[in-house]
Amino acid sequence: MAKINGAQILLRALKEEGVDTIFGYPGGAVIDIFDVMAREFSDVFKFILVRHEQAAVHAADGYARATGKPGICLVTSGPGGTNTVTGLATAYMDSIPVVVFTGQVPTPLIGNDAFQEADIVGITRPCTKHNYLVSNVEELARTIKEAFIISSTGRPGPVLVDLPKDVVQAKAEFEYPRTVELSTYKPTVKAHIPSIKRAADLIAEAERPVIYAGGGVITAGAHEELRALAEMTGFPVTMTLMGLGCFPGTHPLSLGMLGMHGTYRANMAVNHSDLLLAVGARFDDRVTGRVEGFAPEAKIIHIDIDPTSIQKNIGVEVPIVADARNALGKLIEALKKKGCSKANRDRLKTWHAQLTVWRNEQRLRFDRTSETIKPQYVVEKLYELTAGRAIISTEVGQNQMWAAQYYLFDQPRTLLTSGGLGTMGYGFPAAIGAQVAFPDKLVIDIAGDGSIQMNIQELATVAQYKLPIKIAILNNGYLGMVRQWQERFYDNVYAHTDMMAAPDFVKLAEAYGALGLRATTTAEVEPTIKKALETDGPVVIDFVVEREEGVYPMVPAGASITNMILV
Amino acid sequence: MNDERHVISVLVENKPGVLARVAGMFSGRAFNIDSLAVAPTADNSYSRMTIVTHGSEQIIEQIIKQLRKLINVVKVQDLTKGDYVDRELVLVRVKATAAKRAEVLRITDIFRGKVCDVSHDSITVEVSGTQSKIEAVLELLSPVGITELIRTGAIAIPRAKKTLKPTGNSE
Repeated sequence: MAKINGAQILLRALKEEGVDTIFGYPGGAVIDIFDVMAREFSDVFKFILVRHEQAAVHAADGYARATGKPGICLVTSGPGGTNTVTGLATAYMDSIPVVVFTGQVPTPLIGNDAFQEADIVGITRPCTKHNYLVSNVEELARTIKEAFIISSTGRPGPVLVDLPKDVVQAKAEFEYPRTVELSTYKPTVKAHIPSIKRAADLIAEAERPVIYAGGGVITAGAHEELRALAEMTGFPVTMTLMGLGCFPGTHPLSLGMLGMHGTYRANMAVNHSDLLLAVGARFDDRVTGRVEGFAPEAKIIHIDIDPTSIQKNIGVEVPIVADARNALGKLIEALKKKGCSKANRDRLKTWHAQLTVWRNEQRLRFDRTSETIKPQYVVEKLYELTAGRAIISTEVGQNQMWAAQYYLFDQPRTLLTSGGLGTMGYGFPAAIGAQVAFPDKLVIDIAGDGSIQMNIQELATVAQYKLPIKIAILNNGYLGMVRQWQERFYDNVYAHTDMMAAPDFVKLAEAYGALGLRATTTAEVEPTIKKALETDGPVVIDFVVEREEGVYPMVPAGASITNMILV
Repeated sequence: MNDERHVISVLVENKPGVLARVAGMFSGRAFNIDSLAVAPTADNSYSRMTIVTHGSEQIIEQIIKQLRKLINVVKVQDLTKGDYVDRELVLVRVKATAAKRAEVLRITDIFRGKVCDVSHDSITVEVSGTQSKIEAVLELLSPVGITELIRTGAIAIPRAKKTLKPTGNSE
């Protein structure tokens, strides 16, 4: 067998994995890989040259969230690697399969403080699911296979593979393993049947049940099973931020999002429930508020593929370690056997009546008479005018919460948002990843004026690849979420949250070759959105919104989730 | 909260960086490590770590699950859940001029320790045993004057399943 070099091995392995897109940035340590890519693989991979490595990882992450396939990054050593750290931590917290390849200085120089050297494996150990330093070209193919398996199975997550320059240049025979045996890595996928039976018994008896569904349902592709289960049992469904889209937001059984900025009825329902069926969710502090006050009367069934998520923050009656799709499928079977569907739904009449009362008591609302643009109105209009069919990415802060509250997601993989790490600057590059994956779909980044400036340089990437992304900036001139906390809890001392200088976003868009639009009154919102949607290329819309609007309901950090500030 | 001592035995792949992964997981998640000892097993491709930690039942459960989650970890056992034998080795140097030497030797002897180094004014002894035994010998030696001491941290092994017991007559 002819020998090929490490760069060729890497790219052939990626081809074998079915990779079609790579996000990245070249540099000295990876120049050989880029050379081979340009010479031999230009018809295999679409390469997206970002303007900052952080954006490469977010774009790969957005690609992964939108498609379900791992997102791939290739960056250089040293600063190339360190710039990926926020992207990796974002993907890690949200369990997104991303494989990042970093260049490294040649093995004889490792540890010598060589030019553009960083111990990236050491740096990224706590923010990757696993990582590797490949010290020998003979191990390269197997390592890549392992990286893909680990990244995309079980609870997915980012994996980093560090490639010293001499390993990339060295030659070896190439045979890509179909699979490799990982003796120390065996995620539990199938649900334990006795636990499923116990869960089915509790479900059959529940009088005030709630399904609490998270991102794991989307990861597992279990949205159809979830819907079937909810409709069969008549159980209402509330979703975490990461879970939005795993159950149709427009479904009569949907309670909307729960937690700190969740709906009144979702939080009330959870805290009055006698049975909580948690699926692919991890009882995050933004969901539970004060743990002791969370669903105090409920028995809890917790389905999660990661054993560490179970019993971590909250004790549960029935732990089920399994893939959500497998577990929900088994649960549906078990319930069918018990013959509980009609009788079950009748028993829930009082509960559903109560849910309706809560819905009518407190709906999401804002001042609809305002001439100044209310940010909620912008999101609502975006929802209406896109018929709910766009892929939405968000930044972090108020923009993220308004997007979660006012855009009803009916389909999984249509909301790309940094839920766990809360990374400002995530949404725009994530939108790039989704748009590259789906050139014909409408992709909108709902942004704030603060967040958008954290990766604004990617307008050049959008221009280079003619990506028709629409960026809706809810521009209040503040770091709005922090300002809201300062208003509520820090005596209105707006300590350094007033962004007193900002670029003219319209001119900025034009400088990058995009269309820039601005709306300053409520009446202008609809025509401006329409114009943006009619435009083929990228559009930046500067919505000059009410400066001091807040996101409500709001549960103060550390309070019980029924202690909502409603306003 | 009952913060009981737990002895956790962790079988890991003997690869670079594995100790850092384990130690980093403990520090990153604010778990305690009272001691950690590690060395290769009979099969050189694996190492065995003995980690002594403490925490509530819930914390210990998390520690064990988080250890299992690490890719290079093969097996995790909470030895405290069953019968086990644990030992620690201490090397301790005490001031021991001629007048005190006999006392040091006597204490060492009572604890079945050994002298491993002697000079004109000091004796270094080694003692192995359970944590409480080590603490007892150190307590007795401290009035004499400990100048330096090094402890290995505990290593532990579960008792064999068919330990012959005085009351048993299976054979």
